[in-house]
Amino acid sequence: MLIEARNISLDVPDMGHQVLIGQRRTLRILKNVSISIAKGETVGLVGESGSGKTSLGRTLLRLYEPSEGTLTFDGQDITHASAAELKPLRRRMQMIFQDPQSSLNPRHTIRAIIATALKLHGLDASDKAIAAILDRVGLPATAMSRYPHQMSGGQRQRVGIARAIALKPDFVVADEIVSGLDVSTQAQVLDLLQGLRAEMGLALAFISHDLSVVRHLCERVVIMRAGEIVEEGRTADVFKAPKTEFTRTLIDSIPLPEVRPGWLG
Amino acid sequence: MSPVVDIRNLSASAGAQPILRDVSLSVNAGEVMALVGESGAGKSTIAKAVLGILPAGIKVSRGEILFEGTDLLRLAPSKLRELLGVRIALIPQDPLTSLNPSRRIGDQLTDGLRLRAGLSRGDAKARALKLLNDVHIRDPERVLTRYPHELSGGMRQRVLIAQAFSLNPHVIIADEPTTALDVTVQKQVLRLIRDMQREHKATLLFVTHDLGVVAQICDRMTVLYGGKVLEQGATADILSNPSHPYTRALLAASPRYDKPDQSLKPVPDSLIAELRRELSA
Repeated sequence: MLIEARNISLDVPDMGHQVLIGQRRTLRILKNVSISIAKGETVGLVGESGSGKTSLGRTLLRLYEPSEGTLTFDGQDITHASAAELKPLRRRMQMIFQDPQSSLNPRHTIRAIIATALKLHGLDASDKAIAAILDRVGLPATAMSRYPHQMSGGQRQRVGIARAIALKPDFVVADEIVSGLDVSTQAQVLDLLQGLRAEMGLALAFISHDLSVVRHLCERVVIMRAGEIVEEGRTADVFKAPKTEFTRTLIDSIPLPEVRPGWLG
Repeated sequence: MSPVVDIRNLSASAGAQPILRDVSLSVNAGEVMALVGESGAGKSTIAKAVLGILPAGIKVSRGEILFEGTDLLRLAPSKLRELLGVRIALIPQDPLTSLNPSRRIGDQLTDGLRLRAGLSRGDAKARALKLLNDVHIRDPERVLTRYPHELSGGMRQRVLIAQAFSLNPHVIIADEPTTALDVTVQKQVLRLIRDMQREHKATLLFVTHDLGVVAQICDRMTVLYGGKVLEQGATADILSNPSHPYTRALLAASPRYDKPDQSLKPVPDSLIAELRRELSA
């Protein structure tokens, strides 16, 4: 297993708890979560808002430090690793964000955005290298001199993907990366992701609220609710025979593009 | 039967850029009509034109928007104000930005009832309580005293649905009303909108990009691309047998959990090129 989380819990300060002196109460937003992802595997992290799927994704990247449990990356225990210890691993674990509009610096050109990532890790940041990366995500070399606002939503999301894959990572967390896109653009981005996964042998944690997309992209799926995993398994099995009522309700709530009298009740 | 909303040959543009191109559509009383398309299709612009809230840069160059026989585009502003919010109401997309964050739900909900319907403070409150009850909000007394940020997204959207229906409008415009909601909440809110629409015998214009939502709530649908109507008809007919290649392409691009083996196909570039050619012709 490339990434392995065992009995992970995550506590955060409870901002609703007012204190004058001493410690705030904590809220446990991940509870005893275990998950492992192999090289080349895509796992869907699914749940409604507040279910903890994004917190889990960020914990897997060690952007958050688990309060309990252990987290290993490629055999190395990184549960409480320091920033310095994590640095050499950072290149190998990357994140693609939901909203490229706010995760790309509006005052930097696409060239600068990608070059910064490359230089940080001492990689080739020449125009030729950047053009090759842009080409891989289906953007022309001329995109280099553009600013994020000069691109469409789909193109911006490709830049977000380009920045993540520029470093040739082993593990990528993609957080709701198609939820703001039109269906046609979504199909293109999903196709791109599938190609990259096959070519680079990426382990992918695909965070999404959209079970239809997950059904198409992910071999395995983890269903979360209130910080806990309620169900996991091969995507095909989970959809065919959900083991929990919660998963069944989630699936049944997706409106299909064909008239089904009585679906609304 | 004459249509409640009858849009005839509506064209609008932002400077030299056409936004709507000769759009015609009519909606009968009690009917639910979907406006479907990708971003930039003009679906929200049509909704805003009916509501008289087009952004300053967009000008209508031609056409009529008939509401129960009256052309809204040529109505005196004072007459228009009497209709908007009263006879024609909106359920907006984002319930957080559409509610005033610094005022209690009760005050926001009773504004219209007091100012537009002329109810007394007490009557308005009683009516607001009934409305919150109608949209299945538990403990409406308590919710009236809350601020928007204290409610969940689903609750906020229910409040806005209550507000939209509060003055018994004839036409409701719903602009992507469930896009920001979780699927389970979306289903409840869709059911609520459908039930309220039937109970009030209102006509509903439903703006959405989600063909699944269209299938479950809309009687008829209008497919738009680049500000132009491509296809119009009964939802069941169009979804089971789309006649326009763009509608077929949209369906082929939409993932379905029940058909995982069907590969997702983006709208082909050749089709986009052809559509653009037709638009500029």
